[in-house]
Amino acid sequence: MESKDYLKDLSEIKDLMNKSSRFISLSGLSGILAGVYAIIGATIAYWLVTTSQRGYLILDGKIFRICVFILLMVALFSIVTAIILTTRKAKKNGVKIWDATSKRLVVNFLIPLVVGGLYILIILGQEKYGQTGGLMLIFYGLALVNASKYSIGDIRYLGYIEIVLGLLGALYPGYGFWIWVLGFGVMHIVYGTWMHFKYDRH
Amino acid sequence: MSIINNINKVFDHRIRLGIMSILMVNEYADFNMLKELLGATDGNLASHTKALETAEYISVEKQFIGRKPNTRYSTTKLGELEFKKHIDALEKLINNQ
Repeated sequence: MESKDYLKDLSEIKDLMNKSSRFISLSGLSGILAGVYAIIGATIAYWLVTTSQRGYLILDGKIFRICVFILLMVALFSIVTAIILTTRKAKKNGVKIWDATSKRLVVNFLIPLVVGGLYILIILGQEKYGQTGGLMLIFYGLALVNASKYSIGDIRYLGYIEIVLGLLGALYPGYGFWIWVLGFGVMHIVYGTWMHFKYDRH
Repeated sequence: MSIINNINKVFDHRIRLGIMSILMVNEYADFNMLKELLGATDGNLASHTKALETAEYISVEKQFIGRKPNTRYSTTKLGELEFKKHIDALEKLINNQ
């Protein structure tokens, strides 16, 4: 065998290892749009709270329920967008959208996220509102780090950034809102753009 | 000479290298998953898994999912070790050129 064949062997080995264990058809564009939704949602919530009679948020008010609704809508739109764009990219790459790799990715992403969501609900029940933004970022960051082993490795670094922002948010609850906007809005747009140019444009 | 000695004849085939690569990064893989990823025919893949099984580099586990028979493969400790040695030898050969 020639050394050229060995080189080909090695690149094929690497390719098979990636293809069989990682789901890499994530769309960068869906990250950008998730960031945009987060900023739109945050803007509406900010406007609602600052123009209300109280000027701040309490758990059993009408405005709080609207804010939770906005949050759920941001999450829903982000998920739907991600599914649509990722399916499109998977089709283009000629891979199945729902196979062993994508199942593993979703499960590993959801474990920290669902635990975090439940924990936040418990904390809210104990009226510790200030921690919500930070906790969302921390658990979302942990979910990204956990999922990165089964997808594009780069999302690990977005995870680290979200965790650091989350800890800062927990330390300075007064800035929780702005750190949330930075983490879920700005960082998604920056990262999505980077991923889009690195992986989607060929 | 030692480099040449580490080139493992059992791995000297595209499909066998492929099977090992997939099993190195997955806890296990079933026959159909290997078939899809490697684009091999049933008979071809079966003969190569058999060869790796005979060398005790992979272990085979037959079971039923519902009423369908399902064959699962995973690497053995020996298989992992030999595969790593083989890859190291390949890399050294390339670097020495």
